[in-house]
Amino acid sequence: MTDERVPDIKSTRFRLTDWALIAMMILPILACIVLKVLFTPASEGVHIAGAMVYVTIPAPLMDAYISESQINSWAVMISILGLCLYLTHGLTAKAVCKRQLIAEWIVEKCEKLVKDNMGGFFAEWGPFIAAIMGLSAFSSLICLVGLFSPTGDVNVTFGWAILVFVLIMYFKFKGGLWNYFIGLFKPIPVFAPMNLIGEFATPVSMAFRHYGNILSGAVISALIGSALTGLSKSLLGWLPGVFSDMPLLRVGLPAVLSIYFDVFSGVMQAFIFAMLTMLNISGAVPWDDWNKKRQKRGKEALSAN
Amino acid sequence: MLELAMGIMLGLLGLGAGCAMIAGIGPGIGEGNAVAKACEAIGRQPECKSDVTSTMIMGCAIAETTGLYGLIVAILLIFVAPGTFTGILKDAIK
Repeated sequence: MTDERVPDIKSTRFRLTDWALIAMMILPILACIVLKVLFTPASEGVHIAGAMVYVTIPAPLMDAYISESQINSWAVMISILGLCLYLTHGLTAKAVCKRQLIAEWIVEKCEKLVKDNMGGFFAEWGPFIAAIMGLSAFSSLICLVGLFSPTGDVNVTFGWAILVFVLIMYFKFKGGLWNYFIGLFKPIPVFAPMNLIGEFATPVSMAFRHYGNILSGAVISALIGSALTGLSKSLLGWLPGVFSDMPLLRVGLPAVLSIYFDVFSGVMQAFIFAMLTMLNISGAVPWDDWNKKRQKRGKEALSAN
Repeated sequence: MLELAMGIMLGLLGLGAGCAMIAGIGPGIGEGNAVAKACEAIGRQPECKSDVTSTMIMGCAIAETTGLYGLIVAILLIFVAPGTFTGILKDAIK
């Protein structure tokens, strides 16, 4: 039985779309590099600071600004969209090209992860968790090309944490608002303020954990770079001509150390952020109260599986 | 007067950053305990080494959080606070 929609892989139009999608993956990153180079003032040595502000828009209450982390975040999003489109370009019922195998592997892994950690009730949440994990991981890895990673800005991670907080609260209120407030007083009534603060502690700690790990990796990499520059100036200052200014000792060692600080730490924190999202959302549903409410309305009882 | 105020401010900022890093002691003890238990578990059942290792690394990354709170405070005090406080001091003393 043949699939009539099998695309002709060798046709020119298919190849042109392929190249267009690869350009969609690479061009936003290049544009961000060009923008950063154009806007950075020339300075001596290594500069440790937060995101650079590109444009400030005056507004009545507080000035709005467009910063480096927003533009880099958009570039990463367009890049990931290009990657997804490229991997699913020319899908067939039975895989003929390598990229379809990669796409299928990614989808299977994500669905298995969501099903194992969130249970059967949340089985369709695979795309959401994959989006959070992909955006977080690629945002952290973008510092390898010299850009400022958006997750090194607490505004970005705090935005994601607020999104997760809204989801957690939505599912907590499913058993009824009154039941939720009674639950705050649960073990002992004195615990109520601590329980309330504990609710807000979840997004705050998720945001700060992610931000702190990425920022500390970036700061330590910059400090190692500047230390090696100082060391090479003092040790190799006797070299003739232009060689005395080049930080020759700075070649190689920061890259090896950034395998841990940037790559491992970034991917690990993305995975942990996604894992905590899954566990908090699936653990927030009050099954007993919700089933009581549903039975009162005459519907069937739900379960975690 | 301004130099005295700036000197006191910068010195106390450095002292505060150093005190904030005392928080680094927590993850060291906690994660050391976790790795010890993981080594015991691997010794008892060598065939589940990869499961135990990945669980241990994930648990360590979560337990690292409180040490990181101290690191963020120290980094902010060293790199961000002098610029902000210099402006406030100059406005106050003028």
